[in-house]
Amino acid sequence: MADKESVNFHQEVIDICLTAGRLMIEGGSEMYRVEDTMMRIARNAGVEDPRVFATPTCVFMSLDGGKLSQMKQIRDRNINLELVDRVNALSRKFAAKKINISELRNRIILTADATPTFPLWLQVLGAAALSATLMVLFMDNYDWVDFPAAAIVGAFGYLAYIYFKRFTKVRFLSELIAAMVMGIITVGITHLFPNMITDNILIGALMTLVPGLALTNALRDLFMGDLLSGIVRLFEATLTALALGGGVAIIIKFLGA
Amino acid sequence: MPFWLEIIINITFSYIASIGFALTINVPHRALNLAGISGTVGWMMYWFCFRFGMGRMLSNLLGAFIIGILGLIFARIKKCPVTVFNIPALVPLVPGVPAYQAVRALVDGETFDAETAILKVAIVTCAIALGMLLSTMFIEMFYRTKRFYRRKKNKI
Repeated sequence: MADKESVNFHQEVIDICLTAGRLMIEGGSEMYRVEDTMMRIARNAGVEDPRVFATPTCVFMSLDGGKLSQMKQIRDRNINLELVDRVNALSRKFAAKKINISELRNRIILTADATPTFPLWLQVLGAAALSATLMVLFMDNYDWVDFPAAAIVGAFGYLAYIYFKRFTKVRFLSELIAAMVMGIITVGITHLFPNMITDNILIGALMTLVPGLALTNALRDLFMGDLLSGIVRLFEATLTALALGGGVAIIIKFLGA
Repeated sequence: MPFWLEIIINITFSYIASIGFALTINVPHRALNLAGISGTVGWMMYWFCFRFGMGRMLSNLLGAFIIGILGLIFARIKKCPVTVFNIPALVPLVPGVPAYQAVRALVDGETFDAETAILKVAIVTCAIALGMLLSTMFIEMFYRTKRFYRRKKNKI
């Protein structure tokens, strides 16, 4: 029954690699790193000739000269760098022979189920600090009037984004709603305190959700030669930008600012 | 406002901004501080270059270059992937202002202004990506020459 055992072994390796690849892409890693990690895990497990192809929506892998080949779909993509770091650390440990293959599988499944995140209040605080400080840095004329307003708007916008993300599978919808919430709060604040500037507050607050990094990542993928994933990510970033801009635009158009 | 106060404000605020973004995208705990430092250095590089009249594109390129090199060094120290340091550090350089201006101009129906702003976004993004690419190339070259000289020494 040696043959059957080897089929089981290959199935296990392919499962582990595909889960690892999925987690890394969900965490927002670059494509060459995903492919590299999957290849490393397979080689360290003792497979001779692994082949991997990763795109932002799907991972393919085949082992053993084509006898076994599988794929895995990837549904939600956001940035969660803890995931990338965890999988990377596990792969390193496996390469150093500190854990064996079944332990690696258990730990990767554990990582998929429960990734530690920062508590929500800390994330919101981070969003507030980011919006207020970036507003000052960007505008370059040090207006301290808008400082607290940008922090408040950024915090509430981020909260709205997190809150609506639970209800809808469509990411662009939650981004649109978050941008609309930001617009409404900003218009309200500027009505109460007329010496504040709407544009400054919104620029700071929108930086919490802005896809500039997705854009930069996409260009890096393109330059690295992963043309397919680069184009897909470029398009995703454009859609996010359109959702954010559209949300703000609707509010400004209807409420006036 | 005196010059030294501006420098202090820029340093502290870019640090806070990078850490704030790192919190929202769930960066591992051990990398938080170094990501903030990397963001500060990148932003100060950009700020000084821009202030001394090197133009938007070159300053962004140099800032991204420094961030890339620091990220690769920190990744070796902490044994983390490079992205963990690069993504929060790049946040202050992201062209948020022209992107917002583009949307605002489109809403107001001023297509010409919108085109200018979109072009600005594209140029800055390309500059940042080029800077990152150059830093990767630079580090690879550095290690290759280092290895080459070590091998030469061993032979002798």
